[in-house]
Amino acid sequence: MTTPPFSYRPDRRTVLKGTAAAGLVQVTAPFIIQARGEAPLRIGMIDPLTGVYAAPAQNEVTGAKLAVDQMNAKGGILGRPVELLVEDSANDVGTGVQKARKLIERDQVTFLIGDVNSGIAQAIAQVTNEKKVLHIVSGGHTDTITGKDCKWNVYRVCNTTRMEANSVSDLLFNKYGKKWHFVTPDYAFGHTLQGALDANLKRLGGTVTGNELTPLGTTDFSAYLIKARAANPDVLLLLVQGSDMINCLKQIVQFGIDKQIHVAGTQQELESLEGLPPEARIGIWMFEWYWKQAGVPNVAEFVAEIRKRNGGKVPTARHWFGYTSAMTFALVANREKSVDSLQLARALGDFELPPEVKLQPNKCYYRKGDHQLMTSAFIGEAVSNGKDDPEDLFRVDNVVPGDKTSPAETETGCALQWPA
Amino acid sequence: MTQLLLFNVTNGLIIGAFYVLMALGLSLILNLSNVINFAHGGFLVVGGYIAYTITPYLGFWGALLVAPPLTAVLGLAIERALIRPLYGRDPLYSLLLTFGLAFIFEDMTRFIWGAQGLPVTIPAFLARPLSSEFFFITGYRLFMVGMVIVSVTLLFVLLRYTRLGIRIRAGTLDLETVSALGVNVRMLRSLNFAVGIFLAGLSGVLAAGQLGLEPTMGAGLLMPSFIAIIVGGVGSLTGTLLGGLLIGVASGVTAVYFPSASEAVMYVLMAVVLLIRPRGLLGEEGMLT
Amino acid sequence: MTGGEGARKLIALGAIWAALLLAPYWMPPLGGYTALGTRVLVLGLAAMSVNFLLGFTGVLSFGHAAYFGLGAYGAGLALKFLAPSTPLSLICGMLVGGIAGAILGALIVRRRGVYFAMVTIAFGQVFYYIAFQWSPVTGGDDGLRGFSRRPLDFGAFSIDILSNAESFYYFVLFCFALAAAAMGFVLRSPFGRTMIAIRENERRARFLGIPVERHIWIAFTLSCFFIGFAGALYALLNNFADPKGLHYSQSGDFVIMAVMGGMRSFWGPLLGAAVFVILQDYLSSITVNWMSFIGLLFVFVVLFFPRGLLGAIRRKVQA
Repeated sequence: MTTPPFSYRPDRRTVLKGTAAAGLVQVTAPFIIQARGEAPLRIGMIDPLTGVYAAPAQNEVTGAKLAVDQMNAKGGILGRPVELLVEDSANDVGTGVQKARKLIERDQVTFLIGDVNSGIAQAIAQVTNEKKVLHIVSGGHTDTITGKDCKWNVYRVCNTTRMEANSVSDLLFNKYGKKWHFVTPDYAFGHTLQGALDANLKRLGGTVTGNELTPLGTTDFSAYLIKARAANPDVLLLLVQGSDMINCLKQIVQFGIDKQIHVAGTQQELESLEGLPPEARIGIWMFEWYWKQAGVPNVAEFVAEIRKRNGGKVPTARHWFGYTSAMTFALVANREKSVDSLQLARALGDFELPPEVKLQPNKCYYRKGDHQLMTSAFIGEAVSNGKDDPEDLFRVDNVVPGDKTSPAETETGCALQWPA
Repeated sequence: MTQLLLFNVTNGLIIGAFYVLMALGLSLILNLSNVINFAHGGFLVVGGYIAYTITPYLGFWGALLVAPPLTAVLGLAIERALIRPLYGRDPLYSLLLTFGLAFIFEDMTRFIWGAQGLPVTIPAFLARPLSSEFFFITGYRLFMVGMVIVSVTLLFVLLRYTRLGIRIRAGTLDLETVSALGVNVRMLRSLNFAVGIFLAGLSGVLAAGQLGLEPTMGAGLLMPSFIAIIVGGVGSLTGTLLGGLLIGVASGVTAVYFPSASEAVMYVLMAVVLLIRPRGLLGEEGMLT
Repeated sequence: MTGGEGARKLIALGAIWAALLLAPYWMPPLGGYTALGTRVLVLGLAAMSVNFLLGFTGVLSFGHAAYFGLGAYGAGLALKFLAPSTPLSLICGMLVGGIAGAILGALIVRRRGVYFAMVTIAFGQVFYYIAFQWSPVTGGDDGLRGFSRRPLDFGAFSIDILSNAESFYYFVLFCFALAAAAMGFVLRSPFGRTMIAIRENERRARFLGIPVERHIWIAFTLSCFFIGFAGALYALLNNFADPKGLHYSQSGDFVIMAVMGGMRSFWGPLLGAAVFVILQDYLSSITVNWMSFIGLLFVFVVLFFPRGLLGAIRRKVQA
């Protein structure tokens, strides 16, 4: 292999120098900032900031950053300033585990938050459990995190799939009918969600007309929708998320299927509704948190604060997950006057969130038996165009408290093993 | 059941048509320049985002007209600056370079337009289905197929009857002789690349109308293009055309019986073709081996 | 090889091994951490396996991560369902990767150049897709969980490689040494010389009566055994196996490591892996746009350092 003469080199060098300089600026700036501060307390956060979950992940980080700023304004944790160290798991387990080790071994974080991706969250949980670091899973939904694979040092903020299923099942059955058809994403989240809904439906006396398992990242749902239409159900439940949800809903509306079959599902996110054209914003869903809550204290302030940091856009459930996760550490550590993981892990059992953090009308607390946050489900319907605000795309009909949607502690399969 | 099957075959052809458009651009570049353009998906996404940015000013049709040429210009710039130095070298290098470019494209689109998916509105009259019977054939899908047919026809006309086209075809077979005959091979490669990227940009605009826009969508659309080329035969554009349609239909038919395998069947088809007829359906022996 | 050159090589070898053996000590003060070093070793071994084909046989396989991932799943499944034994899992991983490579290699050895590369990418994706879809066995997108590396039990004493990062690092270093020694042995053998002959001029090699296709197939299979071994180590590092490890983007990473370090050199890929892993780890902590920088690195290396770092150094030394 011969290399040709580099006749362009002189020009390239200057370009490269410029690029290197630009890169250097990006790289050195944080070091300059980190130079000050006395014995700060570090909270680590691992989220997939690149990849398909980048949007929710970045929102979680924004929420957590707000929390850290607020707690620092009030004197930090036990008088120490708090630093949030954010790492990108790049939606890859190996990287997530690597970053967890980095944050714990090298950066000596006291607490850890993460990940949006359930698989990565669980892999990280193994590391935090091994290293005995208090860990809050902000946005990973798979049931086993507070179920079969629960750990004494791991708590979770977002809903479990069973909770989500339970929140809408009765409503959909009574309102729409007994024949349900599913479009299920083919991974653990989808399977457990569909399984829970299936069980509820059977209990109510309904029938499943079909379950379309769609690979993650499916862009064309026409084949599945053709089958769904042929099955003629009362309601079509879309369990897909993110861009899958967007494509599926768009195609449903394009095909006119929503004119014959009711469309609903469980988890829906503002990010997805905003990514849809207005005519495709349909269906009954459940939000894990919604920004427009008239009469509920502190919500408006939170929305205003996030708007400042989010380019004028309102917070989504993801912002709230990040915010709550970080705030929980501050609240419990300041109350217990300690940063010892074991002590705080015990203290978080039955820990109730104050109004300025829970930002919802019902009681919101971490359950002792499985470490799951009993957070409410916001049930309602998608709206094509916001009346007063372009981002008010969901009409909340009912806010159901977490302990009503969640199965009992004994049913989750969680058996916590505390260290001696 | 037969109705379901028929529906899905038709649907498969529609999906296949889209794959054809993407794969043809990739194939053009591969055949003449021996470059596996890993960044093809990235160009597609950039084309879509450019269209999204232009739409408020020029409308959907204006964006459709303007975005592909703009993407092609970007492609020309990149070809001139980054890919041209690599032509004499081992194909490994252009592979790695375009691979790196794909990373940059994904990150830059996320940086410029944000990580959140962006909705793309298409003209209302296209969004309606043909009839309640053929509900899955929306106006937009027909429009896409129409665009693909027009583009493919124009491409074949270009290759058959214009000087540029003849030179490209000759260059695919024997670039050295073409150069010896006095053709500016550098210019030829650049223009060929630009045509390929034009097709990618066009695919991007069409895809945006169908799927919306998201920084990571390029990678997922790249693989079927690869398979279309391998199945159809490397070196043959007609082969790529056939390959694209074939995998689209195979995918559609499988969706009736084994929905979760509808993507896998493309790979199975590729494996079968490689075993039985390694050069692909219409590939020429000795092409790039 | 002249005396001077021989001495230089020995010194270089000594320096490399000294650095590797003392890594847990000089890394932390520089802002590193032991687990990072372990990752460099594992991915470096994978890159060296790819280079076995790429640099020494002249064959471009861009889908090699498939066998890496298969090795990871092999190890994980062995730990989960066969026996809680670390050495067994390593052997299983290596076998799964190697045997898959042997089978697929036989199918594709007739192709070369760009076509070969495309076919390896496509086949690699087949395995990715299987890992993604076959959830009951592989765990699908969520990956294979529920296993972890077992302490090494030598009867009288046992080494805890699970919770002790340093112990695990040295264990991996030991495995790496074994693999590197085996690789070096093959490359120095007549077979290895033949591989280089094929790389330099395939037609001439054929005229000399060398069964080129068979040699390439053997080289392919051997490299898959090595990379399967690396994959098994990766599974042990993460206590996890997932489809991402099979994806062509992972293959691309291995190739760039080999190219960046220097394809013509034995240790080049390890150096390339070190630079790549450390840079990626560092950049992704500093900026969200690390992907752009990595992409630029690819472009930069291809345009200006095609011979890699070791190639550039070697040229300077020889000049």
